[in-house]
Amino acid sequence: MNVAVVTFPGSNCDDDCHYVCRSVFGATTIQVWHKEKSLPSGVDVVILPGGFSYGDYLRTGALARFSPIMEDVVRFAGRGGTVLGICNGFQILCEAGLLPGALIRNQSLRFICESVPVRVETTESQLTSALEKGRVLHIPIAHMDGNYFAKEDTVRGLEDSDQVLLRYCTSEGEVSDASNPNGSCANIAGIMNSGRNVFGMMPHPERASETPLSSIDGRELLAGLLGGSL
Amino acid sequence: MSDYQSSQFTSEIIEEHGLSPDEWVRAVEICGREPNLVELGIFSVMWSEHCSYKSSKVHLKRLPTEGPRVLLGPGENAGVVDIGDGLAVCFKMESHNHPSFIEPHQGAATGVGGIMRDIFTMGARPIASLNSLRFGPIDHPRTRHLLTGVVSGIGGYGNCMGVPTVGGEVQFHEKYAGNILVNAFNLGLVPANRIFLGQATGVGNPVIYVGSKTGRDGIHGATMASESFDDEALEKRPTVQVGDPFTEKRLLEACLELFERNLVLGIQDMGAAGLTCSTFEMAGRAGTGINLHLDAIPLRESGMTAYEILLSESQERMLLVCSPEQVESVRAVFEKWDLDCAVCGTVTNTGRVVVTHHGEQVVDLPASPLADNAPMYDRPYAPPEDLEVRRTLDESSCHSDDLLADLYALLSSPNLSSRRFIYRQYDHMVRLGTRVGPGGDAALIRIPGTDKAVGMTVDCNSRWCWLDPRQGAALAVAEGVRNLACVGAEPVGATDCLNFGNPERPEIMWEFAEAITGMAEACAALDAPITGGNVSLYNETDGVSILPTPTVAVVGLREGLSDESPNPSSAFRSNDSVVAVVGKVAGGTLGGSEFVLHKTGRTAGIPPSCDLSAEKVTSDVVRELVQGGLVESAHDVSDGGLLVALAECTGAHHGHHLGADIAWTGDETPTQAFFGEAGARIVVSFPADGYGAVQALAEKYGATLTLIGTVGGDRLIVSYNGHSITADLDEMYSRWDQGLANAVGVNQ
Repeated sequence: MNVAVVTFPGSNCDDDCHYVCRSVFGATTIQVWHKEKSLPSGVDVVILPGGFSYGDYLRTGALARFSPIMEDVVRFAGRGGTVLGICNGFQILCEAGLLPGALIRNQSLRFICESVPVRVETTESQLTSALEKGRVLHIPIAHMDGNYFAKEDTVRGLEDSDQVLLRYCTSEGEVSDASNPNGSCANIAGIMNSGRNVFGMMPHPERASETPLSSIDGRELLAGLLGGSL
Repeated sequence: MSDYQSSQFTSEIIEEHGLSPDEWVRAVEICGREPNLVELGIFSVMWSEHCSYKSSKVHLKRLPTEGPRVLLGPGENAGVVDIGDGLAVCFKMESHNHPSFIEPHQGAATGVGGIMRDIFTMGARPIASLNSLRFGPIDHPRTRHLLTGVVSGIGGYGNCMGVPTVGGEVQFHEKYAGNILVNAFNLGLVPANRIFLGQATGVGNPVIYVGSKTGRDGIHGATMASESFDDEALEKRPTVQVGDPFTEKRLLEACLELFERNLVLGIQDMGAAGLTCSTFEMAGRAGTGINLHLDAIPLRESGMTAYEILLSESQERMLLVCSPEQVESVRAVFEKWDLDCAVCGTVTNTGRVVVTHHGEQVVDLPASPLADNAPMYDRPYAPPEDLEVRRTLDESSCHSDDLLADLYALLSSPNLSSRRFIYRQYDHMVRLGTRVGPGGDAALIRIPGTDKAVGMTVDCNSRWCWLDPRQGAALAVAEGVRNLACVGAEPVGATDCLNFGNPERPEIMWEFAEAITGMAEACAALDAPITGGNVSLYNETDGVSILPTPTVAVVGLREGLSDESPNPSSAFRSNDSVVAVVGKVAGGTLGGSEFVLHKTGRTAGIPPSCDLSAEKVTSDVVRELVQGGLVESAHDVSDGGLLVALAECTGAHHGHHLGADIAWTGDETPTQAFFGEAGARIVVSFPADGYGAVQALAEKYGATLTLIGTVGGDRLIVSYNGHSITADLDEMYSRWDQGLANAVGVNQ
C-alpha cells in the first residue's frame, strides 16, 4: 500500500498521518510537497491532512486548492483514485470541487477540540465496509470551521445516494441538535463523492488509532482504506 | 529631574527612554561620547527591566541551576535537559502580561509565538505548550473581554502552529483587575548533540535576516513592559505586535530544515527589542562584533528610520549566522517556504556593533557592555506595612453552616470549576503525543521511538504568596513536583516566570526576594533546578500591585512506559477500590484558602507552610506507586482542600463517574478538615487486594498512609467526626463542569 500525504504550507497533521499510516498500518508513505506538479507513480491513496494551510487566510482551503499539486490530485480522483481529506483536507476538497458543500465557522464561533461520538451512516464505502451501520465511534475533532453547510437539495442528494459517511451523535447513537458540536447541516461529520472514492471528514481518525491515546476507533476507519490487520 | 548632563537631548527625551541620570552617565562612559538618538534607543531597550533583569539579577543568582541532567542552564534562549536516548528537552516560560492587557488576543498570541521561537531557535521542535493566566474577578466589566481574547489568542496561535496546548492554570482575583497575567510555556524536543546557540561565531561569516518583514509594530514594547500602567495604558495599543502564526509555522519548518542539514552556526529569534537585542546578544555571547546594514533588511513599509528598524518588535523574525559557503543553501530553504531571507551583515572581531543606514554610520557601540553589563540594582526591600493585617483572620468567622452548599459553591466558582471551557478551544491532541492532557494533574506527552514520556505542569497559589511569599513560592514548586508524581514523572528541571509589582517599592522587592528564597529552597530539596525563566515587574496600575505570582513550571521524565501501560488518572476507576491519602490527612489551614475567599471575599490569614521533607516523601511514594501500576488513580489535594479534591476524583473516567463513601476522624473542626489547604497530600485509590503492596511502599519511604474509604455508587458521601455530606454525582458534576462557562455567560 503506497500512501501519499500532501504537505501544504501550514499543514500540521501531515507528520501524524505519515506516522499512523506507517507505524500502525505498515503502509509505505511518501511526503509530497504542495509545489510538486504531479503525484509519485504507484500511489494508491492520497491523504490531504489537517492543519491551517495558508493560515486559513481568505477562507479555509481556498488558497491551498490552487497549490500546484492539486491539479494532479483532481486528475487522480477523476481516474477513481482514493483521496481522503481530514479536517483542513476536507475543507480543501470542498474548495476544489471534489466534494459538495463547504465548511463554515463553528456555530459557537470558537475552536473546538474534543473527542466526539460519530455514527457510521453507511457501509457502502471503503472506509466503513467492515463496520456495521449505526456503530458509534469516538474520534477527536479539532477545528474552528467544521460546520458543514450545503443547500437543502445538496444535502438531500447526499442522503438519497447514500454519500453521508458519519454524523455527530450522542454516545448512544442518537443524532440530535444537542449532539451537534458545530452546527453542521444534518449533523454531517463526513461525506464522500458520488464516485465513492473521495472522502472528507472533520474528525481525525489518525488521533484515535493507538491505545495510549484517547480511543482506537479511528483505526477502524483507516483500516478500511489502508488494509492491514487490526 | 534636571541632572542629566547632555549637550543634545533634553532631560525629557532621556527620561522617556527610561534611563536614570546614573544610567545616562554610564551610557556616555561606555560610548566614550554622548550616544546619538538611535543609540539612546538601543540603550533604552537593552537596559530596560524586561531585557536586562537589572532589579532581579542579584536575587536570581540564588536559584539552583545545576542538576545531573541539565545540559544548558540560564543565559541562552531556553534551558536544555537530557532525557537519555540521545534526546533532550528544551523549555522555558515567558510573560506577555502588558501587551495582553492592552490587546488580549494579539498580546497572548504573540506571547505564544515568542516562546515557541525561543524553543525552536535552540534546534528543538516544540511539542507541547502550557499557560498560566490571571484575571480580575469574573464579574469585573473587563474580565470577560480579556479572558475570551487571551484564550482565543493562545488557541489561535498554538493551534495553527500544530503544537498542542496540554495544560495550564487560571485564577481570578481582584488584584489582577488592572494587570492580567499571561505566562506562556513551551517545551521542545532536540537531539542532545545538536543544540544551537545564539552566538555570532566566525569572523567574516555572513549575518542573515529571515522570516517576516520589519514594520513599525511593537516599537518600545520592552520599555512598555518595564513601566507601571495608568489610565493612558490603553492608548498604547499601537505598540502591541500583531502575530501571524502561518508565517511562524513556515519559519519553524524552514529552521528545522536548516538544523537538520547543519546549515547554521548560530541563531537567535527577534523577540523583545527586536533586531537590536538579537544583534547585541549574539555578538556579546560570542565575544565578536557585527557590522549590520539596515538597507538590506526587508521592510513592510517605506520611510522607516534606523531607529524604527532597530527597535521594531515585528514578529516571526530570526537572525542567523552561517558560513559563506552555506548562504545559497540557506536561501533555497527559505525560498521553498516563501519567506524573506537577506544577508544583512558580517561577523567582525571588533567587539562592536556597527550599523549603517543609507550609507551613513548610525550606531557604533560595544556589544558586550550593552548585552552583559547592564546596570544591576540591589534595590531596598522591607516587609509590607500591612503584612500583619493581611495575615490576621478570625477563623471563627469562617465557619461552614452548610458543608454541602459550600462544596457546591466552591466547585462552581471561577477558581475551582472545570477549565473545559478554556481547553476545549486549544488543540491539545495534535502530534499524537498526549497521553494525559488538560484536566489531569500534570500533562504527560510520550516521546516517539522511546519508552519515555515527559510530564509538565505549571503552578502557583498567588494568594498564599501574598500572605507569605517565601512559603507560597516553595509550595508552588512542591505542587508541581506533586502533580508530576501523580503521572509518575520524576522532576528533571523547572522554569519560572516571576510576576511582581513595581520593584522600586521596598515591599514589592521584599516579596520578590522572599519568593526567590522559598523557590530556591524548594528547587534544591526537590531536585528541580531552574534552567531559565523570565521576570515581569511593574505589574501595577494606579498604585495597585498584583498578588506576587512566582509561577513555576516543573518538567519531569517518566520511563518504562509501554503502549499497554495504563494512562495515569486523577479520577477513580473501579468500584470497591480503596481510597487513601498519602501524607497527613489533617493539618490543612484556612488561612489564604479558597474557602475563606468564598465566605468572606478576603484573602487573609496565615497560609500553609511548606514542609519540604514531607513533600519529598509524599511525591516519592506516589511517583513509585503510579509507575508500578499499584494505584488506579492519584490526585493532588490543592486549592479548595480535601473535600474538593475528593469531588474531583469522582470526575469522569472514560465517561463514567464513580462515587465514594469516605469517613475519617480528627481534632479539627469540620470546616478545617473539609476545606483547609496544605501541601504534601495526595488522594490515591487502588484495589483492596493491593493494600499490602501500597502499604509496604509507604513504609519504605516512611510516608503516612491513611485509608479513608471505598469507591462506588452514584453519590459522594463524606463523613468527618460524624458530620456528613451526601453529594449527588450528576448535580456535582454539572455545577463543576459548567461553572466557568456560566460565569463567562456562554453555553458550551
